[in-house]
Amino acid sequence: MNNSTVSSSSPSEQIVELTPKTVKRSLWWDAVRRFRRNKLAMLGLIMLLILLVLAIFADVIAPYEVDKVFLTLRANTLPFVNSAHVLGLDGSSRDYLTRLIFGARTSMLVGLMVPLISFAIGVPLGALAGYLGGKFDFIVMRIVEIATAIPPLLFALFLLSIVGNGIWNVIAVLAVTAWIEPTRLTRAQFITYRERDFVTAARSLGAQHWRIIFIHILRNTLSPLIVAFTFAVPLAIFAEAGLSFLGIGITEPTASWGKMVGSGIGNFIRVYYHIALFPTIMVALTMLSFSFVGDGLQEALDPQRADHR
Amino acid sequence: MTGYFIRRIISLFFVMLVVSAIVFVLMNSIPGGPFSLGERGYSADALANLERKYGLDKPLAERYLNFLIGAVRLDFGNSFAVAGNPPVTQVILRTWPITLHVGVLTIGLSFTLGILMGIVSAYRRNSFLDNAVTFTATLGITLPNFIIATFLLLIFGYQNGWGTPNQWIIGPLWEGGPALLSRDYFLPVITYALAPLALVARYTRSSVSDALGADYVRTARSKGLTDRAVMFRHVLRNALIPMVTVLLPQIPNLLTGSLFIEVVFGIPGLGKFFVTSIFSRDYPMIMGLVLLVAFFWGIMYLITDLLYTMIDPRIRLGGSAAR
Repeated sequence: MNNSTVSSSSPSEQIVELTPKTVKRSLWWDAVRRFRRNKLAMLGLIMLLILLVLAIFADVIAPYEVDKVFLTLRANTLPFVNSAHVLGLDGSSRDYLTRLIFGARTSMLVGLMVPLISFAIGVPLGALAGYLGGKFDFIVMRIVEIATAIPPLLFALFLLSIVGNGIWNVIAVLAVTAWIEPTRLTRAQFITYRERDFVTAARSLGAQHWRIIFIHILRNTLSPLIVAFTFAVPLAIFAEAGLSFLGIGITEPTASWGKMVGSGIGNFIRVYYHIALFPTIMVALTMLSFSFVGDGLQEALDPQRADHR
Repeated sequence: MTGYFIRRIISLFFVMLVVSAIVFVLMNSIPGGPFSLGERGYSADALANLERKYGLDKPLAERYLNFLIGAVRLDFGNSFAVAGNPPVTQVILRTWPITLHVGVLTIGLSFTLGILMGIVSAYRRNSFLDNAVTFTATLGITLPNFIIATFLLLIFGYQNGWGTPNQWIIGPLWEGGPALLSRDYFLPVITYALAPLALVARYTRSSVSDALGADYVRTARSKGLTDRAVMFRHVLRNALIPMVTVLLPQIPNLLTGSLFIEVVFGIPGLGKFFVTSIFSRDYPMIMGLVLLVAFFWGIMYLITDLLYTMIDPRIRLGGSAAR
């Protein structure tokens, strides 16, 4: 076995530093190389960056303001392709392209904030449950069991009826229903690593609990967590689009693709199909880019499994 | 084994008790009651009378206790919002079969087709067929089903009258509803099946590929077994275990229905009540639905765990690492 295979298959970087004459290649550097060789993943990453730019600079890119209403043009601009309004106007006489661009902002905000919050809850909870075991683990697992028994959509609807609509409420409510997966995943990882030799070694060297949790175990669970995060993003975007489609998610002045599809499938869909078509394409592109990046990350971070996919 | 089973059942009832308490409190903290909403314009006296009739004037704890006493006998009270105020149990018994019908067809379509597609693409890696399967799977994962539903309706539905909204006869199969394989079910089932199909195909492909690369398959081949024997006796049998862990938990979700599918296609199933009963503050209906789903999911997960032990004798239930 030569040095390079040792460094790529070993999860901890300390070993690499000790072996002589190694090219500077850590697990992460290897992962970056593998990711860059993956064409689909790079395509997904580029699409993702474009969507992020659209989301962040929506005010600059969009031709009009989000909530500007064009009353005079209404009669002949609902059909699209028009000099003033490239994609026409929506049902409330607002520029359609503008709404579409601002929709990226909503989707990205929800898609990134929901996993961030739910992982911020789930990872420490799962880590402690898996590491400590015993009573704490029992209590956490019972809470997880109870939370699993409530249909997530129903729970989200409940909470939304109590706290009211609006983008931040949607984010909070979706995060409250999404913490279970990261908790489970982190716990399972911690249970498998808790009894590993390198953890026992660290413990016998007198390492404190927080050091074992953060430096030794969490570092090794990072790659499955990153992959899970990438797949949690589209789920959150899905959920927001679904809630908004039902008319209970994002409130009116804010643009949302789900809401646009929902308003597009009213009575005039047979003539003005584009009203539902464009937000659909945007949702699909977003999902596609995240799942490409997710697959790519999985292959890059976990090459042993990815060989057979 | 029996001890484990009994413990799981007890734990299931405990979970249902806690869930019902949480939902009961949440439900009652939503602003507005079942009779004070909308433009019904009841006078204060009439409102008080109605609330007294349905026991809504009593304190929360007493109402919860009354609910529990009824729930033990499967009596969740009468719905506030459904026309004619029928008992919740009756509403569920009438509408769930329709949802089950869609769900069973969906499971049948997505699992058989998905497993077939997965095997084919695992055997013919990177062929045209494999790419086609990957494409379909990606489509199923990347498009929300309400969007697929919308466009399938737009392309096929309106002209052909397939699953056109509002054409459903209210009631299950045996009450004059659409027949088992009626064309009314085509579009909803195709839409609903796409996401699980994608999942099934993906997992089948990856676990069959894993099995194909294993040593025992090479051994089986080198001792001269036919391709068919290798596939059925060695590859599929071993590929089944990881598939079961991923695929079986999909079933309870599919059988309780998708709200979006039912809304878009106008299917008079259970799904729409998940939303309408919250909007109309139909307290008995909400409780009935939540407990139904909690119980059904719990039982299905239990069955899944039991199936694991049957398929893979190495798995022991009840050990500390089992969950």
